[in-house]
Amino acid sequence: MEDTPILASQLAETISLWIGALLTLMIFSFLYKDNPAYKFAEHLFVGVSAAYWMTVGFWTTLIPNLMARLFPSHMGRVFPVAVGNDPEYFYIVPLVLGILLLMRLYTRLAWLSRWAMAFIIGFAAGTNFTRYLQSDFVTQIHSTMIPLYEPGGSVASTVGQTFSTLVVVIGVICALIYFYFSKPHTGAFGKAARVGIWVLMAAFGASFGYTVMARVSLLTGRMSFLIRWVQSIF
Amino acid sequence: MEEEKRRVTWYEALGALDRRVIFLLIALAVIIPLIVHYTTTIPPSEIVTDLFDAVENLPPGSKVLMSFDYGPSTAPENQPMATAFTRHCFEKGHRIYMIALWATGPRQSQELIEDVVEGEFEGKVHGEHYIHLGYKAGNQGLINALLSDFKSMYTTDLAGVDIESFPMMEGIDDLRDFDIILAIGSGFPGTKEWVQFAGDPGDIPVGGGTTAVMAPLLYPYYPKQMLGFLGGLQGAAEYEAALMDHYPKYRDMSRAASTSMGPQVTAHLVIVGFILIGNLTYLMEKRKKRKF
Repeated sequence: MEDTPILASQLAETISLWIGALLTLMIFSFLYKDNPAYKFAEHLFVGVSAAYWMTVGFWTTLIPNLMARLFPSHMGRVFPVAVGNDPEYFYIVPLVLGILLLMRLYTRLAWLSRWAMAFIIGFAAGTNFTRYLQSDFVTQIHSTMIPLYEPGGSVASTVGQTFSTLVVVIGVICALIYFYFSKPHTGAFGKAARVGIWVLMAAFGASFGYTVMARVSLLTGRMSFLIRWVQSIF
Repeated sequence: MEEEKRRVTWYEALGALDRRVIFLLIALAVIIPLIVHYTTTIPPSEIVTDLFDAVENLPPGSKVLMSFDYGPSTAPENQPMATAFTRHCFEKGHRIYMIALWATGPRQSQELIEDVVEGEFEGKVHGEHYIHLGYKAGNQGLINALLSDFKSMYTTDLAGVDIESFPMMEGIDDLRDFDIILAIGSGFPGTKEWVQFAGDPGDIPVGGGTTAVMAPLLYPYYPKQMLGFLGGLQGAAEYEAALMDHYPKYRDMSRAASTSMGPQVTAHLVIVGFILIGNLTYLMEKRKKRKF
């Protein structure tokens, strides 16, 4: 009798392995040509993903962070930790905004959702603006202002460091010049812009290389899974 | 009227190669090394060594916030990073706090707990040495909120147990109470947002790992705004190599990233080969057109 849960868990693992393998093969079949098996797997993925995100969001955010704060004494069955806490009525504001957002589903009152949308956009724009300004602008400028010569290391490391720094500084300046369109790209300015294009091309090339590595990594993961599946059969 | 038969040149034939032949060759380049267990060891680069040293030099018992901002779709790249970080943190006696900005993240951290924590570190207890806090919605807004009040957002662990009942949650009021943030991500929100919304405004050391696609976006943050990071599978393999150098017992244990680097090398060689062939056929065709 004690073996039953182990057998059940092994059976569940085998079934999930088969489902995963067959769905993987259905998706891969697109590489040959578009077909109903691929479409089925694709639609299944979209549906399951949407349901998963909605369910997780409901149970991990909406219940503990909203309902449990507004109605703690009614949470006995779903969120017992909150029972006994005082209600926090301030959370009526996000509740109302959330309901307004859902008004999009009702054409006649859809305009009400704009208020909630305005709140979301305003909050996101405000917080993102300050954070991007600090992290991606001010600090990045500061990070580019680096000494060309740093004493203390060996000759080879100092030369290497200085070369790296020059590449960064010249690369940044030339790339910025390329995006400056208020002056014709002629003469020395045009040559610097040309260097800027090369810097951008190098960056795009590196980015492409990384993308290839990422895709091959994912393919390796799927192939390892399929090999495991085949091994489980034989 | 009979059409004159034209001989197809070798470069024309290569130029018109069916894309499915390329897919097949790439698949073989990945499958064969996996079957023959071809692996490569990648020496740790400076950017990975810096992060490794940062974790290594923290005093035992340090509080490490690990964020799982990815899902099963990028697990082959991200999960080896999480495994390597967890092994390293527990070897050093650090405490791990697991959270997620992605709804799919908790499943990945649960897998990590089952495979690595329970499988390799039997003495580690939930709530004492590590805690699984799960996912919360809000993206960068969540990080913003955690920076000012951690427990207003996380009131329970993933199982719904009151957060105040765990000894390791004592003294955690906001993100500044963590000694380091290790963000493992594959997109938005992810490692970049941890730098922008926690590391920079809170002056909190941030490191982590990202998928290779995201890696070029994070290089500008190193070394001023990030301690270091693992760029894709190669970064994870480098961290595994650093871990092996310091803790030789991991030489005989599973190393998912290093194992996957073999197929990576062969697949890249095939791709480079096709790029060269593509350029060669283009140049030959151009030369032929010039002749006529």
